[in-house]
Amino acid sequence: MRLELRGITKRFGSFTANDQISITVEPGQIHCLLGENGAGKSTLMNVLFGLLHPDEGEILINGDAVKFENSGEAVRRGIGMVHQHFMLVPVFTVTENVVLGFEPTKSINRVDYKKATDDIRRVSKEFNLDVDPDAVVENLPVGLQQRVEILKSLSHDAELLILDEPTAVLTPQEIDALMNIMRSLAEAGKSILFITHKLKEVKAVADVITIIRQGRVVGTAQPTDTEGELASLMVGRDVNLTVEKSTFTPGEEVFEIRDLVVRDDRGLIAVNGVSLDVRAGEILALAGVQGNGQTELVEAIAGMRHVESGTITLRGRDITNESPRQVLDAGLGHIPEDRHRDGLVLSMSVADNLVLNTPRRTPFARHGSRNLTAVRQNAEQLVKEFDIRTTSIFEDASSLSGGNQQKVIVARELSRPLEFLMASQPTRGLDVGSIEYVHKQIVDHRNKGNAALIVSSELDEVLALGDRIAVMYAGKISGIVDPSTSREAIGLLMTGTTSEVARA
Amino acid sequence: MPDTTSRMVTLRRRFSSTSPIVIAFIALILGLVLGALIIIFTTPVILNAWRDIFHSWSSPWHAVKVTADNVGAAYRSMFTGSIIDPPGLWHSITTGKGWNATMTPISETLTYATPLIIASMGVGIAFQTGIFNIGANGQAVLGGMAGVAIASMLHMPTIIHIPLTLLAGLAGGMVAGAVPGLLKAYTGAHEVIVTIMLNYVIYAFLLFAVTSTFLQQPGQQNDISRMMDPSSQLAPIFGVASGLRVSYGIVVAAAVVVFAWWFLDRSSLGFDFRVTGANPTAARASGINSRAIMVLVFLISGGLAGLAGIVQAASTTHFIDGGFLIGNAGIGFTAITVALLGRNRPMGIVWASLLFAALGVGGRSMQASTGIPLDLATIIQSAVVLFVATPVLVKEIFRLRTSPTTTVQLATKGWNS
Repeated sequence: MRLELRGITKRFGSFTANDQISITVEPGQIHCLLGENGAGKSTLMNVLFGLLHPDEGEILINGDAVKFENSGEAVRRGIGMVHQHFMLVPVFTVTENVVLGFEPTKSINRVDYKKATDDIRRVSKEFNLDVDPDAVVENLPVGLQQRVEILKSLSHDAELLILDEPTAVLTPQEIDALMNIMRSLAEAGKSILFITHKLKEVKAVADVITIIRQGRVVGTAQPTDTEGELASLMVGRDVNLTVEKSTFTPGEEVFEIRDLVVRDDRGLIAVNGVSLDVRAGEILALAGVQGNGQTELVEAIAGMRHVESGTITLRGRDITNESPRQVLDAGLGHIPEDRHRDGLVLSMSVADNLVLNTPRRTPFARHGSRNLTAVRQNAEQLVKEFDIRTTSIFEDASSLSGGNQQKVIVARELSRPLEFLMASQPTRGLDVGSIEYVHKQIVDHRNKGNAALIVSSELDEVLALGDRIAVMYAGKISGIVDPSTSREAIGLLMTGTTSEVARA
Repeated sequence: MPDTTSRMVTLRRRFSSTSPIVIAFIALILGLVLGALIIIFTTPVILNAWRDIFHSWSSPWHAVKVTADNVGAAYRSMFTGSIIDPPGLWHSITTGKGWNATMTPISETLTYATPLIIASMGVGIAFQTGIFNIGANGQAVLGGMAGVAIASMLHMPTIIHIPLTLLAGLAGGMVAGAVPGLLKAYTGAHEVIVTIMLNYVIYAFLLFAVTSTFLQQPGQQNDISRMMDPSSQLAPIFGVASGLRVSYGIVVAAAVVVFAWWFLDRSSLGFDFRVTGANPTAARASGINSRAIMVLVFLISGGLAGLAGIVQAASTTHFIDGGFLIGNAGIGFTAITVALLGRNRPMGIVWASLLFAALGVGGRSMQASTGIPLDLATIIQSAVVLFVATPVLVKEIFRLRTSPTTTVQLATKGWNS
C-alpha cells in the first residue's frame, strides 16, 4: 500500500498537536516516525486510524483520498494498528482473539474455528511469527502476545501496519525477533509505520526516518546517521547521550537485603530469596523485564509491602517491615515507578508536592501548624535549582509536563538528607532532554559518594547508570554483572539463563 | 512577587466561568426556575388562566400576569420570610421602631444555619479526606443526647456548664464516629454501610433514652427528655425579650469555621488528611499512616456532628425528644448536601449553609402566606445540589467556556472508588 498524508493539521483548542504534517509511506517500506513524547506522534496515528478527524489535510491510499469516520473504516481499507497496550482477552486462545469481532461463520451462530485456525497457521508460517493458534494468550510471553496482535491485523488483510512504541515491553532478544518479523513483512510488500523514540531500533530497521518535533516534521534522516545526529534533530539541540561518571570508588556497604521473600497482590511469591548490597559511591542497576518481581521488591524496601522473610538493612539499621514513615526517616529517598499513583498528588500545588513526605520537618511546620512561607521558599529554591518549568509554584502538579513532574519528585527526594536513593523506572515516559537531566542528577548524587539502587527495564538506562548490574528474572537474581558485559549476555540473563551460561 | 502570583492564580480560578462560585450561582437560578415550573403546573389558578386563552379567548397577557403574580408572590414571601422585608426595613429605618420584627427573618435563617455549618464542616473535612461520613446525623443525635445528659443532670455556673455541655456533645459525636473509624481502619469495613446502620442503632438508643429514667422528663409519659439546665443553654444574643432566636451558638459556629480553615489550610495533620483524600497511595508512599488518619478523621467529623447536635438543642428547644433530628430536621443528612454544594471548603460551606437555611426558613413563610407546601423549598435545595453535582450539564446549558487551568474536580470520591 502506498500511503500519503498531506498537510495534516490537528488542533485541540489553541494547541496545535499536528501542524501541516506530510509523510509518504511506499509499499514494502519501513517508515520510522521518530519523536519525543508529546511531539504529536500518537495524535497523527489516531488521525490516520480514524480515531480523530483532522482539521486540515488529507489522507491518500494508493492515490485515492479517503476519510475515516471510525477505526472500523480504517481497518477495512487495510490499515492495522498494534497498540502499545495489547487489546487481547487473556483467557481466550490465540484463534479466539484473532477472530474476535470478525468471526468466520459456517452457519448462523457457529464459528468456523477450523478455518480460522488454518488461516492463522498459514499467516504465522508465511511471516515466521511462530504462534500456536491453540495457545491461551495469558500463557504466552509478552513478545508472543505482541505477535498475536500483529496476526490479528494481518488476518484482517492489513496492508499497512502501525506499530506504536512496540519495543517498550520486550527483552533485547524479543526486540531482535520483532525486527526480523518487520523485515519479512516489508519484503512481502506490507508497509510499516514504526513509532518510537529509541534511536538504536530506528537505525536497525528503518528504511526512511521522519522526525517530528512539537507537532511539525523537522526533517528526514537516514538510518546511517549517528544516534547523536538523530537525537539532536529530535530534541532540537545537541544532546549528550553518555552520562559523565567519575571513577568508580566504592566505599563501605550502605544498603543490604538478604534472602528477601515478598508476595504480590494475589498472594503469590513475587520476590523469591533476593540478596543484594549497595556500597557508598555506587549505583546498583537492577535490570529485568517488567513483572519479574521488581515492583514488589521496591515496594517492600519502601515499607509499602509486607516482607515474608529475609532482612533489609540500611546503614546497619534493620528496616524490615517498618512503616513507610520510619523507612523515609531512616534516610531512604524513593522515586517511585508510577509517579501519578505514588509520587505526586496531582490536584495539589507544586509547592505542596515538594514537601509531600516532609510536611512536619522543620522549617516546614512547627507545633502542628504549617509554615507556608518556608514551604514557598523551599519551592522557589527547588524550582530554580532543578529547573522545574512551571508558570507558578502554586499551579497544580497536573498542569506540568511529565518531565517536569518527575523533576518535582527528583527535587523533593534529593533535597532531603538521604542515606540511600532508590529510583524505579526513573525516566519512563520522559523526553530525551528530561532523561538526560534525571540521569545527571542521579549520577551527581552518586559522585558525591552516595549509594543508589536504580530499577529499570530499559537496558540503555541500566548500562548508562549502573556501576554493577543485577538482573532479575522470575523473582530471583539471575546474575550480577559488570556494565561492560554485552547487551546479548544481559538479555539472556533477563530471560532466566544463569550467569555462567550467559558468559559462556 | 510570589504572593501576587498566588493571588492571581486564585483570582483567575475564582472568576473563571467554571469556578465553583459561578456554577453554584447558576445552579441556584436553575433550581428556582425548576421551582417556578412546579408552581405553575400545580397551581389551578395559573393553569386556568392559560386554558382560558383557548377557552374564552382571554388575552395571553392575562395568563402571563397571573403566572408572574403567583410565582412572584411565592418567591417574594420566601425572600421576605428568610432575609428581609424591604418595606419593613424602610419603616424601621425611618421610624427607628420595629427592628426586632424586621430582623426576625434573618435571625431565623442564622438560627437554622448555625448547627448546619458545624455539622457540614465535619462532613466536608471527611470528604476532603476521601471519607463518606453518612453517619453525621446519628453522630449529631448521640452528641445531643450526651450534651443534654450533662446539661440536665448537673447544675453549675454558666461559664463552666456551657463548655462542659458542648464538650459532652463533641465527645458523644466522637464516640459515634470512632466506631466506623476503627472498623474501617482495622477490618476494612466500608464506612458507608457501617454509618448507615449505626444511625438506626443511635435512633433506637435515643428513643430508649427519652422513654426511660436515663433521660425522660420526670412525670412525663411522652418521649421527651429532661430540660437542659438554664446555666447550660446558649442564650439568645439580643435577649429573650427581643424574640430574636439567634443565639451564642453562632459564636461556636464561627470558632468551628476558623478551626476548619486552620486545620485544612495550615495544619500538618490537615495536610495529611488532604493528601490522603486526593491520592491515598501517594499518601502511603509519603509515610502517612492511613489507619491513624481514618480513625482521626472520624473523630473530628463525628465530634463536629455531635457538637452541631448539642448546639441545636442548646439554642432552640433546650430538650430533645424522640423526633430529634429526624426527617426534615436531619441536619446530619442536609450537611452532606451542604458540604457538596460548598465544595468542602470552610467559606463555601458557610455560604451553602446560609442558602439552605434561607430556603428552609423562607419555605415555611411561603407555605404560611401562599399555601405552597414547604416541600418546594426542599425540591429547590436538592435541585441546586443536583445541578452543582453535574457541572457538565450546567456548562452545556449556558455554553460556558472552560478556563484553561481549571479541570472539573469531583467533590468527593464516594464509595472509596
